[in-house]
Amino acid sequence: MSENQNNLQSKIERSSISLLVLLMVVLSIGGLVEIVPLFYLTDTMEHSKFPEIVWQRKAGQTLASWKTGDGVRPYTALELAGRAVYIREGCYLCHAQMIRPFRDEKDRYGHYSLASESMYDHPFQWGSKRTGPDLARVGKKYSNDWHIRHLNAPRSVVPESVMPNYPWLQKATLKEDTVTATMSAMRKIGVPYVDADIEGAAKEVHGKTELDAVVAYLQILGTMAKIDDSVNYRE
Amino acid sequence: MGVKVVNTAVENQYHFEVVRWFTVAAIVYFVVGTSIGVYIASELAFPFLNFDIAEITFGRLRPLHTNAVIFAFGGCTLMATAYYSVQRTCGVPLWSNKLAWFTFIGWNLIIVSAVITLPLGMTQGKEYAELEWPIDLLIAVVWLAYSFNFIMTVGKRKTPHIYVSNWFFMGMMVMITYLHVVNSLAIPVSLFKSYSVFSGVQDAMIQWWWGHNAVGFYLTAGFLGIMYYFVPKQANRPVYSYRLSVLHFWSLMFGYVWLGAHHLQYTALPDWTGSLGAAISMAMIIPSWGGAINGMMTLSGAWDKLRTDYILRFMIASLAFYAMSTFEGPIMATKTVNALSHYTDWTVGHVHSGALGWVAMVSSGALYHLITRLWKTEMYSTKLVGLHFWAATIGTVVYITAMWVSGIMQGLMWRSYDEFGSLSYTFVESVAAMHPFYAMRAAGGLIFVSGAVIMLYNTIMTISSAKNRVVDHELAHA
Repeated sequence: MSENQNNLQSKIERSSISLLVLLMVVLSIGGLVEIVPLFYLTDTMEHSKFPEIVWQRKAGQTLASWKTGDGVRPYTALELAGRAVYIREGCYLCHAQMIRPFRDEKDRYGHYSLASESMYDHPFQWGSKRTGPDLARVGKKYSNDWHIRHLNAPRSVVPESVMPNYPWLQKATLKEDTVTATMSAMRKIGVPYVDADIEGAAKEVHGKTELDAVVAYLQILGTMAKIDDSVNYRE
Repeated sequence: MGVKVVNTAVENQYHFEVVRWFTVAAIVYFVVGTSIGVYIASELAFPFLNFDIAEITFGRLRPLHTNAVIFAFGGCTLMATAYYSVQRTCGVPLWSNKLAWFTFIGWNLIIVSAVITLPLGMTQGKEYAELEWPIDLLIAVVWLAYSFNFIMTVGKRKTPHIYVSNWFFMGMMVMITYLHVVNSLAIPVSLFKSYSVFSGVQDAMIQWWWGHNAVGFYLTAGFLGIMYYFVPKQANRPVYSYRLSVLHFWSLMFGYVWLGAHHLQYTALPDWTGSLGAAISMAMIIPSWGGAINGMMTLSGAWDKLRTDYILRFMIASLAFYAMSTFEGPIMATKTVNALSHYTDWTVGHVHSGALGWVAMVSSGALYHLITRLWKTEMYSTKLVGLHFWAATIGTVVYITAMWVSGIMQGLMWRSYDEFGSLSYTFVESVAAMHPFYAMRAAGGLIFVSGAVIMLYNTIMTISSAKNRVVDHELAHA
């Protein structure tokens, strides 16, 4: 062992402040390098090169003006309420929403997920486990009726499923105030809702159940953008 | 192991009562947290166990399991061991006993809040950071109090040099502060609902910067701090290599931070970020093994102690699992392997080889050591410590093996094509194939939990009989 008491390590070991400050510096580097550029590098989001992926909302348009294929847009009030239930029930713990650029995933789920498609997801729902299938493009693959039966009793439509039953969703009515407050909060953190979108929220969810909301959310997933198979969206 | 003659006058200068309370709390939460794990594992094997009750469904209980084992069990272990070892290595009492008690009450308040809010579905929806914003604020306050007290104690030390275990604790304290503050940034909508200010790919990167560094700093650096104090103490031998400890400490501190991106390979995260994560993950094998070697070789010349000392067996076995997990992890972090492993049970198996094999076993060793010192007694039954050791080891191996088989199997089934170029299996066929392994995993977990229960029983018997013996060691050995 070096007996030199003047080497850097020795100096640091004899000063708790030095150790603390050096740790604060060293520990911040990796995070800064991996996180900060994602906010500034334009090719992080595919729509910087391919703007047609995201809905170009014109002045005066509300979410009601949007049609399938117009591009990625913020969630409607009903969809947002459904997403809140999805988070509450921990659906993301068994279901991913992130299709990878592999042949088998293309065949099973569809086109790989683009970063732009989840740009309005606070928090992101990419998931880390597929106990159940990936839901990134589950939208419009199954009928509303199938989803209702499946959410109430998964094994009634998929006997081998290990998913819990969710019979309480159809008994719970949505709270209009909550949805409105959520949309206002989302707007504060950058989701581009206009006043008309938020004002129309209460009417949109009035009398609807949590089950209606979850089905609406699931039915929109992966269907917003018109994705061209011949285009290479990522490097 | 002989009973040490304790100088009560010296012992009275330290603040050990708070350490005793954290020690017992840790062992109680060990049983609670792992039991929840066995229950949710059983739900996957036998879904009727969800009983159509929202609060106990897999989706509601899984965050309670992770929070209980990481923060309740892991946290109380880290606080007990940090408060104990910092006093012993620095030769001074805690900078503030009151602040330490504040963290005991605060941390337990957080745990109780978790038990109430998580089954009710009050969650921010980010793994290992589910607790809603009011609880996040309390976590920040308590964590800073813990860290500040620790660092101020180190500042008051009698020895000129800061001992290695304290470097690791400090690294953990700084990093967890950064991680918790940034990853928990959320806009509240109501008292128990908030949404991450980040979204999409940026939120994903920040979440996994948190998620991996929770493992790297809370579950690794912190527990390496524990290892560096309790292994040499239990073995009664010095740490094998000072130089190695310096090298692997700084490379761990610098390198671990970058690993988060390996959770997002082949996702919508940019390629460059994933490549960085993979490359540095592979490089991390070296500093991780540096720690494992340093700990194990501390027994150099004294391996025979393992024949009789079960506490030491826990510690050395944990280092073997640590070495294995820190090899498996980097392999899984590479894009090629990750293409198979991501989203499968292999990830779960890997997590538990680290959590059960490394974290829980080094904790068990350290906690047993603490009990003998804090209550000045042998364990009530060394046979039961041995039985716990075998339950822990066997339970862990059964768990991991089940997950290796199921994980690789499902990964291969998902990508399998038949001779016509169509996918061979529907998704649900892979689910059906998982069933026996889900059951096997629950069984392995149950074996592991039985070890934890044995530990709790042994601890209660030890403490109650230690209290009943009125022995003043100073007088007895006068």
